[in-house]
Amino acid sequence: MSTLLELRGVTVRYGGVTALDSVSISAEAGRITGLIGPNGAGKSTLFNVVSGLVRPRTGTVVLDGRDITRLVPHQRARLRMARTFQQLELFGVLSVADNVLTAAELRRGWARDKSDPKAETHAALERTGLLDVADERADGLPTGMARLLEVARALATSPRLLLLDEPAAGLNEQESAVLGDLLTGLARDGLAIVLVEHDMDLVMQVCSTITVLNLGQVLMTGTPQQVRTDPAVLAAYLGSAPERTA
Amino acid sequence: MHELIAYTIFGLVTAAIYSIAASGLVVTYTTSGVFNLAHGAFGMFAAFSYWQLRFGWGWPTWLALPLVVFVLAPLFGCGLERLLMRKLTDATEATKLAVTIGVMLTLVGAALWIWDPQVSRPFPAFYAGNKVDIAGVFVTWDQLITLALGVLCAVGLRLLLYRTRIGLDMRAVVDNRSLVLLNGGRPDRAAMTSWVVGSMLAALAGVLIAPYLQLAVIPLTLLVVNAYAAAVIGKLRSLPMTFAGALVIGLAQSYAVGYLPTSTVPWLQSFPITIPIIVLFLALLVLPHQRLRGHSARRSQESFPVPTYRMFVIGAGTLLVVAALLAVVLPTQPLFSMSTGLGLGIIGLSLVPLLGYGGQISLCQMTFAGVGALTFAHAARDGNVLGLIAAFAVAAICGAITALPAIRLRGLYLALSTAAVASFCDLWLFGLPSITVFGYRVPLFESGSVATARLNLGGLNVGDDRVYFVVLTVVFALMGLGVVALRRSRYGRMLLAMRESPAACATLGLRLTTVKLSVFALSAGMAGVGGALLAGLSGQTAATQFSFFASLPLLLLMMAGGAGMVSGALFGAVTLGLFSTFSHLSSLFNRGSQLLPGLVGLGLGEQPNGVAADIGRGLAKLSRRGAPAAPAEPSEPGPADHAGNTATIAWEWSGMDQPLTDHERNLLDERLGIGAGR
Repeated sequence: MSTLLELRGVTVRYGGVTALDSVSISAEAGRITGLIGPNGAGKSTLFNVVSGLVRPRTGTVVLDGRDITRLVPHQRARLRMARTFQQLELFGVLSVADNVLTAAELRRGWARDKSDPKAETHAALERTGLLDVADERADGLPTGMARLLEVARALATSPRLLLLDEPAAGLNEQESAVLGDLLTGLARDGLAIVLVEHDMDLVMQVCSTITVLNLGQVLMTGTPQQVRTDPAVLAAYLGSAPERTA
Repeated sequence: MHELIAYTIFGLVTAAIYSIAASGLVVTYTTSGVFNLAHGAFGMFAAFSYWQLRFGWGWPTWLALPLVVFVLAPLFGCGLERLLMRKLTDATEATKLAVTIGVMLTLVGAALWIWDPQVSRPFPAFYAGNKVDIAGVFVTWDQLITLALGVLCAVGLRLLLYRTRIGLDMRAVVDNRSLVLLNGGRPDRAAMTSWVVGSMLAALAGVLIAPYLQLAVIPLTLLVVNAYAAAVIGKLRSLPMTFAGALVIGLAQSYAVGYLPTSTVPWLQSFPITIPIIVLFLALLVLPHQRLRGHSARRSQESFPVPTYRMFVIGAGTLLVVAALLAVVLPTQPLFSMSTGLGLGIIGLSLVPLLGYGGQISLCQMTFAGVGALTFAHAARDGNVLGLIAAFAVAAICGAITALPAIRLRGLYLALSTAAVASFCDLWLFGLPSITVFGYRVPLFESGSVATARLNLGGLNVGDDRVYFVVLTVVFALMGLGVVALRRSRYGRMLLAMRESPAACATLGLRLTTVKLSVFALSAGMAGVGGALLAGLSGQTAATQFSFFASLPLLLLMMAGGAGMVSGALFGAVTLGLFSTFSHLSSLFNRGSQLLPGLVGLGLGEQPNGVAADIGRGLAKLSRRGAPAAPAEPSEPGPADHAGNTATIAWEWSGMDQPLTDHERNLLDERLGIGAGR
């Protein structure tokens, strides 16, 4: 499998706080890469660096062999990366379907192809199980569904790289399992997925590689099995915060 | 050399006044998050109050000045914070600005009511006539006093912010309001203090500058533009940079007065007044790009129904029938007033895509309307329809130029730059007979007004006011149709998406600047068409008709009607028409009508959606009455949705009945070490 996304030595500082300290990670096409770590580890900051909302002090972001560190968010999106937000960023006054449709239309605008936004919207809603609520206003959705809508909207831009920031927060066990299947299916289609998630069952189940962040530094990178048994990870992460899903 | 020193001293004095005004703006804005456009208006009101006490009633300065600065101003600040501003914490930027515009217009209206503008009111400086000799240059006592007060305010603010408990709270609120609350601080008290301090500084600046500007309502109110030009240099946050900005502006203005050939070159005559605005634009150009962050935009409370063509046809049909009836039955004067209202309504429609859909604020729609009217007047002396296209195009270009410097920045900066453009045109450009660009003479307002033809529609006798009224109604309906079609289009969805979450839009590949620029140009163009039609009504295009202060009531009434809807613009149109009708009937109403738009604006804090949506909903309810079932409400999140959402449960346990905002919840999560990670 080929490496699609690579971060090399990325450092981000907010005032005196170092949010990311020389972090290097990579994500491969067709794989789900997990990104875990306690609160304040720098996971969301890392997503912001990748999608261009935060500019790193040092380090480079490489997508498919191209240095994209200096690109602004919309330019990066046009290289076909999409993301969801931990703090939901839905278009609240638009309907569920229009949220996805807007994304599909935007994509058709910049990709200049002949795709049919309506058909893509339908497909994305179907894939995420949101067809039943397609006509409801987005800000009326319960949290779990709203997170799925973020995923659907991201999918409507047919990304190669998908960054998911806690998509399972607010989902019940069954919905979580459905999400797991969806993600595995997407990876099988060739997407590179980076998953930030607190639902350990989900992470352990679907990820092929997991990177553990703590206090802005990479603690380790390995298979789920390695992460599960690593004493440093247990001490730093599982030991310091109450583990909800264990 | 003496000359230079004299101009420098004068520049420093001006700078001292600007810095007093600007620091007041910065303190209230950073602490409460509300940018107070009424800052200058209160300074104006305070100056008038001081004049009343000191010269009207002959009280001594030592009594009159403290009464205004230490009693009236704090009372005003307290009242403002308690009654209005406190409710705006979660309001959108547009609503916040609209409420302060409401305050501004109310103050202006009140001042015009209390102090008849026809009466001249000499306002001598403090201890006028006394001066001292410094290095061969005579400096008046009041200049020294002003300089001393400027320094005193700077030192005082520094001590207040860094040496007192409340100052600590005020600075903390700037960083994170919720965190202050969770740590036992009192953000409300900090906000109240900031409004009190801000009002005192505004009052002081008003009283100090009045002798230089003469005591007149509008110039003193516009002082706010000069003040925020300085504040923008400090990015609306930093006090030291704001003082530096005031210094630059004060000195530049003084040197411009001294050294530009203002007496020999006619177009330079009133140019120095615009220096702060030019500095503002330069500052906007060098400000760093806005950082997009998730959730920077507050969740909007505004919700307008998606317009359907069926709804529109019914509405437009009714409107046309009513208009035809009115055209027959109304006497000349009310008909003219209602036509004026409709012309303004068309300009109001231009705000629907911009403000209602895109969430961008413009305070200079009437300026664009003036550009359109002027283009039409000069380009289509026979009222040719092509003239409207020219009006649209030229106004759209001006709109794009206006938006360009601030397009990378937050919505507030854009709003501020539109106000600056309006005031730039009021003070200078619209006062010129013509300008020469690259040797080509572009005619402007010539000797104050330009004859303007009515739109020529072949066989129609548009010279008849009744016919023209119907023509205006038809144009309104057609443009309304365009706006409805826009909302239902791909572009309309994109605008709403941009308003709801700029960050999400950017990460979906939307280039925000292009969209903002395009909607700004579109809206300015529409306003230009409205301006052309409005000018045709009276047959004259006059600069006064298209001033900054004409834009504001329109904006407020439009928002009161519902900025996201065609009916909102219609509401604005009808209200303005009625105001104008009644003010011809009674002189009391004429004076009072100055107050009304402002008072309406004050209500926007309570009712950000305006009334039209509510009326529409009421009508819909009536028509549904008797129908078998009401549409289902979105289902409440079931218990399953709470699984894993520890924070929610924690709050339910804590017995708090106030739901928390997402942000507060996250803070709590962080403190408790649970829930979502960063």
